[in-house]
Amino acid sequence: MNSATTVGTTARPSIDSRWLQLIVIWAVLLTVPLWLPFVGGYTALAGRVLVLGLAAMSFNILLGFTGVMSFGHAAYFGLGAYGAGLALKYLAASTPLAIVMGTLLGGVLGALFGLLIVRRRGVYFAMVTVAFGQVAFYVAYSWNDLTGGYDGLRGFTREPLHLGFTDIDITNNGNLFYYFLLFVFAIAVALQGLLLASPLGRTWLAIRENERRARFLGIPIERHIWLAFTISCFFTALAGSLYALLNNFADPMALHYSLSGEIVIMTVMGGMRAFWGPLLGAAVFVVLQDYISSMTVNWMSFIGLIFVLVVLFFPRGLLGMLRRRDAA
Amino acid sequence: MSMLEVRGVSKHFGSLRAVQDVSLTVAPGELRAIIGPNGAGKTTFFNMISGFFPPTTGEIMFDGEVITQLPVAARVARGMARTFQITEIFPELTVRENIRIGAESAAGLRLALWRSAADARRVEGTIDEMLTLTGLTTKADRLVGEMSHGDQRAAEIAMALTLKPRLLLLDEPTAGMGEQETYQIAGLIRRLHKNSNYTIILVEHDMRVVFNLADRICVLDQGKLLADGTPSEIASDPHVQEAYLGKAG
Repeated sequence: MNSATTVGTTARPSIDSRWLQLIVIWAVLLTVPLWLPFVGGYTALAGRVLVLGLAAMSFNILLGFTGVMSFGHAAYFGLGAYGAGLALKYLAASTPLAIVMGTLLGGVLGALFGLLIVRRRGVYFAMVTVAFGQVAFYVAYSWNDLTGGYDGLRGFTREPLHLGFTDIDITNNGNLFYYFLLFVFAIAVALQGLLLASPLGRTWLAIRENERRARFLGIPIERHIWLAFTISCFFTALAGSLYALLNNFADPMALHYSLSGEIVIMTVMGGMRAFWGPLLGAAVFVVLQDYISSMTVNWMSFIGLIFVLVVLFFPRGLLGMLRRRDAA
Repeated sequence: MSMLEVRGVSKHFGSLRAVQDVSLTVAPGELRAIIGPNGAGKTTFFNMISGFFPPTTGEIMFDGEVITQLPVAARVARGMARTFQITEIFPELTVRENIRIGAESAAGLRLALWRSAADARRVEGTIDEMLTLTGLTTKADRLVGEMSHGDQRAAEIAMALTLKPRLLLLDEPTAGMGEQETYQIAGLIRRLHKNSNYTIILVEHDMRVVFNLADRICVLDQGKLLADGTPSEIASDPHVQEAYLGKAG
């Protein structure tokens, strides 16, 4: 999976620095519960970074590695959250089942919607994805009986994991739940890394780099954009289902286009041409949001300002900048 | 049997008749040039052959099969590859990576999640072969976007060749090039034609290139086929001299 971290970047780090990057990232993620309290954080915040980071990395399969812009990815995130919540509330008290149901709900609806829109390009593609997102938002907002409407879906909690030989209590133990999130996150990003380093991933890269050339190399563009969109939606819905477990709650704002925008901001701020960029972007976004919103209700204007500065001074994102420096 | 047969093809954009009732036949192994003044409909004609858009009327046969309405991917699968007037490459990838995308597409690995050792050998073998053929071996690991115009064009042709085309369509391969680069690309086209026996259709502005390389030349003027013959026939054709060569100088 490490080979995917540099696909298509102009500043190519050496193999060594790629391993170093990987070691640093995993060392930080694995030790979060040890040092986070000392810097004033709490584990649920780290969980948020993982979940939104996964959403942004999933979104980046489409934006950074296929070159297609969606402004409605919150739809699949939110559908994942509602799918997981509804499964826990009405189907069975099982955390794995909730994750599967959430991922399927968001992923399958994304796949079907994708069929309708793959012929659109650029702004038109982005606009119809916003439209679908808002449709999903208003359904969740209005369908009071099922979704809880404006107040969101309550009345479910994540369940302990039953592994046969032992039970893992992720319900009350925040650190254990963090490691559970990290476990799911690790599997998901490993799959993404393998996908992007495969010949299929190179096909998508070809579409991003030059759609016309790719078409005349015999690549059926629409089919591949649909595939990338669908896979991106499944991973985003997985992140959404984890979000419902994290909060024991699913609300319509998880479907709202403002979250779609935040996913775009995290991705671009972190660096959309870098595999780990969106995770870094999510970390910066979530921490800033937590820190600034404790001081002012206008936190979004500060994040907006920081975003503008990042885009102006580091057009390749924060990770892109670090990488360029280390290549120089 | 002919490799390509175009029968009475026309293309109208609204009231503009870009191409009117053009027919031509290209034999296997032939190098055919299409020339004509600006706006003569050369690129439009080319786009209909390669499947960029279908003709308004007329029929196109490739290797005995009607392909008039087939999409690009289906034509590529039947052995047609093209390059563009403005080089179409993957600028942020290296030469080797550019060629690899073509080679993997041609090897049917577009959807693959991994390559078997045999596939990898086959793909990398194709890449090395194309690098040698186009003289890019020493530049294989450079980013295409940072290379000279001539090398970029050679890389684009290498990519097209990975598809093992039975018909290679080159749209103004020396457009915007200096003396040295034109010489480089003309030499490459000659090698492809003479040594590797590719069937090639070439749209070209540079008369020296055309008259040196082509077996036969078609002249388009205002969307119509003005003349079709060997270079010496074309050079002595009074209509051609009047419409084109005379003015060009």
